[in-house]
Amino acid sequence: MNQLNVNIKLKQHQHHGDENSFDVIKNLHFEQQSDQFICLVGPSGCGKTTLLNIIGGLDNNYEGDIQIDEQIGTPNASFVFQTPRLLPWCNVLENIQLANETDISPDTIEQLLLELGLKNSLNSYPHHLSLGMQRRVALARAFSVNSDLLLMDEPFVSLDQPTARKARQLLLRLWQSQPKTLIFVTHDIEEAIQLADRILFLSDSPSTIIDDIAITTPRSERTPEHINSFRNELRTEHLHLAHLL
Amino acid sequence: MPRSSFINSTLSLGLLLLIWQLTASIAASPVLPSPALVFTTLIDAINSGELPHHLGITLFRLAISFFLAMLLGIAIGLALGRHKHMNLFFDSWLIILLNIPALVTIILCYIWFGLIETAAIFAVVVNKLPNVIVTIREGARNLDEELIEMSVAYRFGKWKTIRHVIMPQLYPYIMASARTGLALIWKIVLVVELLGRSDGMGYQIHLFFQLFDITSILAYTVSFIFVIQLIETAILKPLDKQSQRWK
Repeated sequence: MNQLNVNIKLKQHQHHGDENSFDVIKNLHFEQQSDQFICLVGPSGCGKTTLLNIIGGLDNNYEGDIQIDEQIGTPNASFVFQTPRLLPWCNVLENIQLANETDISPDTIEQLLLELGLKNSLNSYPHHLSLGMQRRVALARAFSVNSDLLLMDEPFVSLDQPTARKARQLLLRLWQSQPKTLIFVTHDIEEAIQLADRILFLSDSPSTIIDDIAITTPRSERTPEHINSFRNELRTEHLHLAHLL
Repeated sequence: MPRSSFINSTLSLGLLLLIWQLTASIAASPVLPSPALVFTTLIDAINSGELPHHLGITLFRLAISFFLAMLLGIAIGLALGRHKHMNLFFDSWLIILLNIPALVTIILCYIWFGLIETAAIFAVVVNKLPNVIVTIREGARNLDEELIEMSVAYRFGKWKTIRHVIMPQLYPYIMASARTGLALIWKIVLVVELLGRSDGMGYQIHLFFQLFDITSILAYTVSFIFVIQLIETAILKPLDKQSQRWK
């Protein structure tokens, strides 16, 4: 069980050389069931990355608390960042091994890479791989780690459409075979409808949750037509979200 | 067809020898001996065991002070580069250290600690240290913050981060300060030996100066130019290649 409770009262950013600070996040609360897939959608600059960093324990300078299974503390999270952030002087295998605290067998990694279509890249250095492949390595790294929580910050941004679509399918397949509590930040509403169990919409900063929408349609039935009609439905029924759709 | 670098450097060194030879025969003076004479003196000095003895001692001092200066310099440079407040506080110390003349630190070390080996090595380290700190600090300021954050997110811990995330990024800066450092330390070691030791290349050159033995001074100089080339091709270049293999 990895049930997550996020309760942020206030997060402020201090400007350099400036006494004034501004509120990035204010009164943001949500609960997430174990192994649930949540997408966070919000306008750019509303503090989505800041929110992920707080949940993942990279940023402790805020008021409030994060609970995992009703225990206050830093969840054991693994990250997929906006850029792949692989160590350029380590090959794919070393990059994944380094992220693991306990020794992970090369066979396990090979299996994971096979699932992601990177079978022949085990010994490649990151700059020999395309951006799409590097992002898949970052995905493999996040899934190789034994974590309670997976945090993804627009992991497929700046990929061309077919590559991004393929990456999303691979993500879903991996997540279905190794279910994890997952938070996925995106500004692409179609991506969110395709992937999520539940979408949380954030306001401009100071950001808070303005809507919480569950998607019950099985993922196999989420065709482009279905996604489009779902989106139109949202548009007519949730007028305050129109700017995010 | 492009000439190989070996032929190139041989030709270039040959020209230098030729100029030396011509100047020496035109001047025909005991203060500028010919290359051949210097070479025979060099062979004699090697055979008598005198040159290897003094060169060995100088190399020993060089090695110890080089590693001490590099080790301390990397640690301090990294700390200053990563901690803004510490850097602001100690910056003026660094500027003072950088600007104290080598001669002053050497003399002060001998006066305070006596004419002993430790004082000699300490003086060399103090002279080299600020240069290493400045170079490494520059490198530490330019570290990729995204990779550091990644190593925090994946709980690399201190040593794993230093070894796999920070050191590879500092490597070009370490190599740069190793190269300039080696050249600087040579020069300072000789002065240190000249002022307060009774062996080593610096002591010998001082002795030859008093005897006005130009040929021997040149022979000793040639021997350590050779050693420096050896260090460059046998140690530094392969290290460079090794660290660049991922590119």
